Amino acid sequence: MKRRWNLSIWLGFVVILSALFTYLPVFVRFPATRDFPWATLLLFAAGLALIARGLARAYREPHLYRGKVAGLILGGLGLALIGFFCLGVFHFARQVPPSTGAPGVGQKAPDFALLDKDGKRVTLSGLLAAGAGTSDRINGVVLVFYRGYW
Amino acid sequence: MRSLEEHLGDFDARRVRLVAISVDSPETNRDLCREQGYTFSFLSDTNAEAIRRYDLLHAGAGPGGKDVARPAEFLIDSSGTVRWVNLTESLAVRARPGQILRAVDDLGLASSRL
Repeated sequence: MKRRWNLSIWLGFVVILSALFTYLPVFVRFPATRDFPWATLLLFAAGLALIARGLARAYREPHLYRGKVAGLILGGLGLALIGFFCLGVFHFARQVPPSTGAPGVGQKAPDFALLDKDGKRVTLSGLLAAGAGTSDRINGVVLVFYRGYW
Repeated sequence: MRSLEEHLGDFDARRVRLVAISVDSPETNRDLCREQGYTFSFLSDTNAEAIRRYDLLHAGAGPGGKDVARPAEFLIDSSGTVRWVNLTESLAVRARPGQILRAVDDLGLASSRL
């Protein structure tokens, strides 16, 4: 009798792959799934469960199902990919300098003079002074430092 | 950045200016704003002068070992005093617009307008 394809294993691996490749374009866009990647981890768990189910089937009923070897390979590969992801998110993403010298609450914000996207010189003091003494005065400035190289 | 742009009206209503700073050149920032539709200020700190002054240099962390800024957000009042700081411990976690707006409201920075 011809043995059946063990679809569960392949499906599980595809789920893990898709979890990996949807993190950056999809889940990173929403703070709820980016700050802690629970959606991605859930998908990983679902993928692993599918592979485990397929492997159990292949070993318990080898006369019915294929996939003993493929299951082990894809399962190992899946685990490696998940490990790679977790290492990136939970270890490498946390390798940021402590910035102990950053100005704290109550301290004066250091002034700066930088070029805007049109090449115009902009200073913090200039931004804060905008509209001073009028009803158009600025109440504050939010500085958002980011890594760049987009 | 996208979520900040989406909340720009809330910042405008409080008369609080948003300013993004990185080591990217003005040309890169112009392209970024055009492609992504960002309308708030993007400033170029190509020599990381301001980044160093705020102690935010992440040495060698950019492509090709270039220096970049580590992500951080500062709320500064009209007198130039820092009123709220967010120094993230993970590159994947940034301040959400709601967090910053809440800080503005809790500190009463925009109370004359609300």
